[in-house]
Amino acid sequence: MGAIGAGIAALGAGIGVGLIGSHAMDAIARQPEAVGDIRNNMIVTAALVEGAALFAIVVGLLAG
Amino acid sequence: MKVSSRFSSYLFVVVLALLSGPVFAQHDDHGHGHDHDHDSHEQSHATEAGEHGGCGDHTEDGEYDPVSTVMNHIADANEFHIWKGVHIPLPVFLYAPEHGWTTGTSSMFHHGESAVDRYVLNHGRANRIADDNFPMGEVHLDGILHQVETTTDAKGKTKETDVYYACAKGELWKLDKPSTLDGGILGGGITSFYDFSITKNVFTMILASLLLIFIWGAVAKGYKKNEGKAPSGIQSFFEPFFTFIRDEVTKPMIGPRYERFQPFIMTLFFFILFCNLLGLVPFFPGGANVTGNLAVTLVLAVLAFIITNIHGNGHYWEHVVWMPGVPTFVKPILTIVEVLGLFIKPFSLMIRLFANISAGHIIILSLIGLIFLFGENGNSVGGAATGAFIGGLFTAFMNLIELLVAFLQAFIFAILTASYIGAAVEEHEHNDHEHAH
Repeated sequence: MGAIGAGIAALGAGIGVGLIGSHAMDAIARQPEAVGDIRNNMIVTAALVEGAALFAIVVGLLAG
Repeated sequence: MKVSSRFSSYLFVVVLALLSGPVFAQHDDHGHGHDHDHDSHEQSHATEAGEHGGCGDHTEDGEYDPVSTVMNHIADANEFHIWKGVHIPLPVFLYAPEHGWTTGTSSMFHHGESAVDRYVLNHGRANRIADDNFPMGEVHLDGILHQVETTTDAKGKTKETDVYYACAKGELWKLDKPSTLDGGILGGGITSFYDFSITKNVFTMILASLLLIFIWGAVAKGYKKNEGKAPSGIQSFFEPFFTFIRDEVTKPMIGPRYERFQPFIMTLFFFILFCNLLGLVPFFPGGANVTGNLAVTLVLAVLAFIITNIHGNGHYWEHVVWMPGVPTFVKPILTIVEVLGLFIKPFSLMIRLFANISAGHIIILSLIGLIFLFGENGNSVGGAATGAFIGGLFTAFMNLIELLVAFLQAFIFAILTASYIGAAVEEHEHNDHEHAH
């Protein structure tokens, strides 16, 4: 069960990080001069999304 | 000057390594391999709970258990395992309330073949035989037996727990769990002893700190010497890192008062980075999973929490306890959310770093484990070769990813801490804001 939960968590985080990446690319294409700010915010947001997934994975590990 | 400081750092490492006794003075090690090898002193089979008559069934055909092998590798240990039979001992300082301190080096345990003052080295970690009848002093052990005991609780749920027994004098002696102070990952519990030893993790943290002190000492000296001139030597290498943290992390995140927090953010970034990178080195003096240890990331997160909140200004606390600009009936709800948020932020810092680094180590160790899984405990050379080929390729690939993760996680920890501090010290143009509404 833990493995299934971890898999679902990874799925959600994958979609989330993918959306962040695609929209960041859009934003960079629109405003190439803002690439630095966009990259920083992208990394921070991706870290937050990933944090949610990692919580789920740790819970999955603990649940066995 | 530079030469002497570098020399003294080497000297310290060498002294620390030698302090604990002869490095290569090895006991005849009959196949007690932790590293990428099946643990022949153990049985991974689930056996029935209960007494076994002596250690007679303690045979050498332990199967390769990937999960326990991986978990033992990412956990802390009281000695550095180099390869089969070669260990670098570390100092141990153990305390039990009944009989005080036991100090020495981990070589006195002979890698689990001897018990000293009821302490036993199990998987490189000090455990204690919590039995008053066991003799003090050095006692030869016939081995350590691993059993999976299945207990059924009132609801009919079965729970499997790993129990270790030391075999000595034809009897089985139950081992207490490793002490919580050793930072065993997700393990431990209340134990009958305390472990204050210089473990692998502590050693690596000391090493990382010394490296940082010497490197940044040299860089600071360079700034004094080359004031108004172009940087030279090691200073040129680290200046981009410094300006990166300043221009990309502290300045935009904290705002005009960033200089006050620059040292803290820099320390966080470089300590985590050095520990991550040392953790990627698969041999001594690396190989300790420091930032993948919950206790270490907990302390880092608690520091971030304390520094954020003691610098919090009135606006920050107003937003936490009584959010301005929202209807009154929402305010209590937001208070609960904000107060929870105070703790969730450092908690997520802790879990993020721990989980990222541990996950990377688990993946690499699992790929290495393919060799033994395909090799069927050494019965299939072709399988082992296939495993080595596939596992080796993927491990090389994963190591590159982990190199990126080592930098990224250090950066994320630093930038998130900076943004939390920034939120706490921000001077709001709050009045303008409310006028605008």
